[in-house]
Amino acid sequence: MEQTYAIELHNITKRFGSVTANDKVSLTLRKGEILCVLGENGSGKTTLVNMISGIYYPEEGKITVDGREVRIRSPKDSFDLGIGMVHQHFKLVDILTAAENIILGLQDEVETHSEAGEGRSGIPALKRLRRGASRQVIDMKRVVADINALTEKYGFELDPYQKIYEMSVSQKQTVEIVKMLYRGARILILDEPTAVLTPQEADRLFAVLRNMKNDGCSIILITHKLHEVLAVSDRVSVLRKGHYIDTVNTSEATVASLTEMMVGAKVDLNIERPEPKNPVKRLELKNVTCTTKDGLHSLDHASLTVYGGEILGIAGIAGSGQKELLEAIAGLEPVSEGTVTFYPGENQPREITNLDVAGIRKLGVRLAFVPEDRLGMGLVGSMDMTDNMMLRSYRRGRSEFLDRRTPGKLAEKVKDQLEIVTPSISAPVGRMSGGNVQKVLVGREIAQHPKVLMVAYPTRGIDINSSYTIYHLLNEQKEHGVAVICVIEDLDVLMELCDRIAVLCGGQITGIVDGRTAKKEELGVLMTKHMAHLSDEEPVPEERSQSSGASGIASGQDRRGGAGK
Amino acid sequence: MSVIIIFIQKAIMQGMGILFGALGEILTEKSGNLNLGIPGIMYMGGIAGLMGAFFYELGTENPNPVLGLLISFLCALACAMLGGLIYSVLTISLRANQNVTGLALTIFGTGFGNFFGGSVSKLAGGVGQISVSTTAGAFQTKIPVLSKIPVLGDILFSYGFLTYLAILLAFALSFFLFRTRSGLNLRAVGENPGTADAAGISETKYKYLATCIGAGIAGMGGLYFVMEYSGGTWTNNGFGDRGWLAVALVIFAMWRPLNAIWGSVLFGALYILYLYIPGLGRAAQEIFKALPYLVTILVLVVTSFRKKKENQPPQGLGVPYFREER
Amino acid sequence: MKKEPFFRMSKRESISLWKEALIYVISVFLALIVCAGVIYALVQMNPIDVYKAIFDGALGSKRRIWITVRDTLTLLCIGIGLAPAFKMRFWNIGAEGQILMGGVAAAALMINLGDTVPNVLLILLMLVAAIAAGMLWGLIPTVFKAYWNTNETLFTLMLNYVAMQVVTYCIIFWENPKGSNSVGIINQTTRAGWLPEMFGNDYFWNIVIVAALTIFMFVYLRYSKHGYEVAVVGESERTARYAGINVKKVMLSTMALSGAICGLAGFIIVSGSGHTISTSTADGRGFTAIIVAWLARFNSFAMVLIAFGIVFMEKGAIQIASQYGLNEEASDVLLGIILFFILGAEFFIRYKVERNGNKK
Repeated sequence: MEQTYAIELHNITKRFGSVTANDKVSLTLRKGEILCVLGENGSGKTTLVNMISGIYYPEEGKITVDGREVRIRSPKDSFDLGIGMVHQHFKLVDILTAAENIILGLQDEVETHSEAGEGRSGIPALKRLRRGASRQVIDMKRVVADINALTEKYGFELDPYQKIYEMSVSQKQTVEIVKMLYRGARILILDEPTAVLTPQEADRLFAVLRNMKNDGCSIILITHKLHEVLAVSDRVSVLRKGHYIDTVNTSEATVASLTEMMVGAKVDLNIERPEPKNPVKRLELKNVTCTTKDGLHSLDHASLTVYGGEILGIAGIAGSGQKELLEAIAGLEPVSEGTVTFYPGENQPREITNLDVAGIRKLGVRLAFVPEDRLGMGLVGSMDMTDNMMLRSYRRGRSEFLDRRTPGKLAEKVKDQLEIVTPSISAPVGRMSGGNVQKVLVGREIAQHPKVLMVAYPTRGIDINSSYTIYHLLNEQKEHGVAVICVIEDLDVLMELCDRIAVLCGGQITGIVDGRTAKKEELGVLMTKHMAHLSDEEPVPEERSQSSGASGIASGQDRRGGAGK
Repeated sequence: MSVIIIFIQKAIMQGMGILFGALGEILTEKSGNLNLGIPGIMYMGGIAGLMGAFFYELGTENPNPVLGLLISFLCALACAMLGGLIYSVLTISLRANQNVTGLALTIFGTGFGNFFGGSVSKLAGGVGQISVSTTAGAFQTKIPVLSKIPVLGDILFSYGFLTYLAILLAFALSFFLFRTRSGLNLRAVGENPGTADAAGISETKYKYLATCIGAGIAGMGGLYFVMEYSGGTWTNNGFGDRGWLAVALVIFAMWRPLNAIWGSVLFGALYILYLYIPGLGRAAQEIFKALPYLVTILVLVVTSFRKKKENQPPQGLGVPYFREER
Repeated sequence: MKKEPFFRMSKRESISLWKEALIYVISVFLALIVCAGVIYALVQMNPIDVYKAIFDGALGSKRRIWITVRDTLTLLCIGIGLAPAFKMRFWNIGAEGQILMGGVAAAALMINLGDTVPNVLLILLMLVAAIAAGMLWGLIPTVFKAYWNTNETLFTLMLNYVAMQVVTYCIIFWENPKGSNSVGIINQTTRAGWLPEMFGNDYFWNIVIVAALTIFMFVYLRYSKHGYEVAVVGESERTARYAGINVKKVMLSTMALSGAICGLAGFIIVSGSGHTISTSTADGRGFTAIIVAWLARFNSFAMVLIAFGIVFMEKGAIQIASQYGLNEEASDVLLGIILFFILGAEFFIRYKVERNGNKK
């Protein structure tokens, strides 16, 4: 049977500098289907759909929409083709109402295009005809009526008069979707829509998506949650490390088959991994919980013990609480429940819960932290290497004046040892390349002779050689007896570098496994575990705290035995 | 009784100039530009209006009041908008710092006004006193018939057309901001330029237009002081601090044009209150004169305590937006 | 199809010092050409003569030179006061008010203690009072900013006018002669509380104080731990917290310093140059000084040059104006034009502008 696809991608390639984000990826979206694009973090899913929504432009390959080849150079171009994208970060104006956000930016140009596009029937088309006359003045009643018609048709719950800042995340998402539909989108792309939703909200979203599908809309859903894929999609396309793997019918797929496609076979990276030598308890987290402004737990009763002389890896899909975990330890994120305790060795353990950075340092706890946001937090971009070297140590000594000689020497040393490419140590670090910036940051943190070293995404956006330099540095620290905690996206790296791997999912630690024996599939399951096991629970804070908190400790302690000892 | 009527009249007369400035600044700030050049722009509008009328009356045997008024009005508008354009080019296209540019514009505009105000007769060949009586008379013409009504006529209808224009503008601006598509887009630009950009709104265009038109409106405030309030004469630094009072009124009105109407009358009343309270010593009078500022500070502090989103400055205010630096 | 802009710009990776200087020189040169055009249009004066007259006005006689020096010192002092606040990205538009409060405090002691205390002690007391008053005026908005994030630009701006009313309030008690609504020269005969003449020079102490401040601020911002914290907070509050800096404390202490120096500037004006107090004691210099500090990028030695340049232009323009019987405010017009050009020039230092190719 002859079938025109809603969207076809042929051999799309996109590079960022030396990194190839998408390598000859092809994809088809049928009319009236829900297609899931599945892949791990960094597999190129978002890059791919960003080329459909006009944010990036592919270097090679072609895109056809409704059988016609098109060039999508801006979000507006994409829009004019009836494609609507809902990003992970909502693009909404806080103080405006839902309805105001929905009609934002609509002027007569949009009207003309949609009048031309016949076949996009339904309520919006009618409305557009009516609206032609009074273009400038907003007839809010009519707008709201149109929105209500849309939401009723597809089963959304939305109060058009509600202000965005009063809304929950899921309501905001609804606004984004309705915004796209109101503007006549018939192809909808959702980027990780359930990452921010409770299971119930996710179920509601899926119901709506099915309604839209039945109405003839085509939907691309980007996700890495397998059970969602199985629950909602018609077909699944899998990407891995920028490559297109395969597309299968959902009815023929299983969790196991999808996991295998997603994570692939283990790749040998030849990262060194010395055996841990007499590990000693260095840091203990008990039920550490961080609460967002909306009352959600970004870190949910995490319990963890970290040993000197080992590398503990943290795995998890993006936004599962990695950032909060590290920042709670570092004294940058308030802890609403639980304790963080540091074990200096011979001396008494010291509790450092909710101390700020200066407070932790005053207790003599040498904690080094390489944050994810290198230039926004770890370094000052406009300052040179010397001044950045002293960011964490400038207070040393009684003098009111800065000692620039010691950090200057350190800067020279770090520059030589880590082979940092920069005209001089007095050039602003903000102008260096990503790899060099990271070396400056890691070099400084290691120079503190820490007892605990935390690194977040140490090799993200960094070339291969620099990456290996950094792995080597981490191993060196481990051999010096430092407790190293590192958050890394790439499971292959985690499995070769780390002695133990703790997996975070939805702010909870869903398991701690031995890095030497871990299986990729096992990690994959743990990374999406809460969806399978905990989704039936009510997201009421009290209830959650009892049940999952207890299990968190249990799993943490159960599995610890196998590691490092 | 008559004292109260005069008080109200004077309060309104004090307030209208400030109202123009505040309305212009509201429009500008809603686009995300904090234009601290408003005081300078008001001077520019005032002196341009005066000079336009002056040269017209100088060159004509029998000046036509309506024509004089029109010339003066257009000169003021054009010159004030030029000030807005300078600010826009520097801050929007050349990305200069908003506060610094605004202050430079105020230095320039104030100097511009005072310079020409003090030198115009000399420049015209030493004609002596600047006289624009015909045009000023036109600006001061009250509403016929209605202004004759006792009490009500005095309070409501005995002002020149600029007063009514200011009120009308406030309503128009309110309607524009809150009821039209362009107004909605403008607010989005001021709140969250990234979102506006993604929605296909040209933030550069909106910022330029809002800043230039806002400057034009503020310039009317200068024109009002020169023509209606001062009857066509110029005194150096004659506006005093009214330009900054206009900036204060924007905060006081919480960026809502309709609030600015009664706010301006309140500010005007506070400004002259000391003259009408019997038995005030000179010293106490000076304390009273600080009232508008103290009230503004109070509003600023209270709104920051309460953190109610609607009453906060536009979120993108003073923050430059460059797409490639996201 | 999206249309491509004709020019495209990109952030510069780096710029050599001489290229940066060249851009500034070109911009000032262009500004001077425009200014010359404006002046010529107004008075048909030969532009060369115009600049001669400007030079003459600013540095034409010994007296003029000293007045130029005196006013440069005052402007510089305020600029130095503002530098740490702006380096911290705290928009202290309230220098006018801080100067006035410092001036009022100094004048109050000068008037009330004029004959009762030894002169040295009086001057020291005045100094302390002025610093305290300026500091207080700087701290009020900062407390609200630090704890409730109240907009400091607007708050400090409003406080300027409150300070102005405080001055007019005080003038009523101090006016001399009665009914003049001005204070007149304070202690004209006894010279109590005046910074004393030294080596035959009225402004010796002004020079000493401001020179000391210039060096202090340079060292403070560049070599002290506090200065380092100020720079980090100004760059990013997140980084500051990461570095273990107490952001609130730095904010408060920095604004205390900024207000204190502005208060000290008030003292210098009252005790060291004007010997009177009025609402025009600050005379807009609190605003001009922001531009001084900003253009110098908070480098106090660069501020010396910029402050001098501004005062030089002002004095020169006043000279032209008086030669032609024009209003002396012409200086602000010329200054404004020059500032516009310099502010615009910064763009070309930070960005490269290229003709557009096909690259997307």
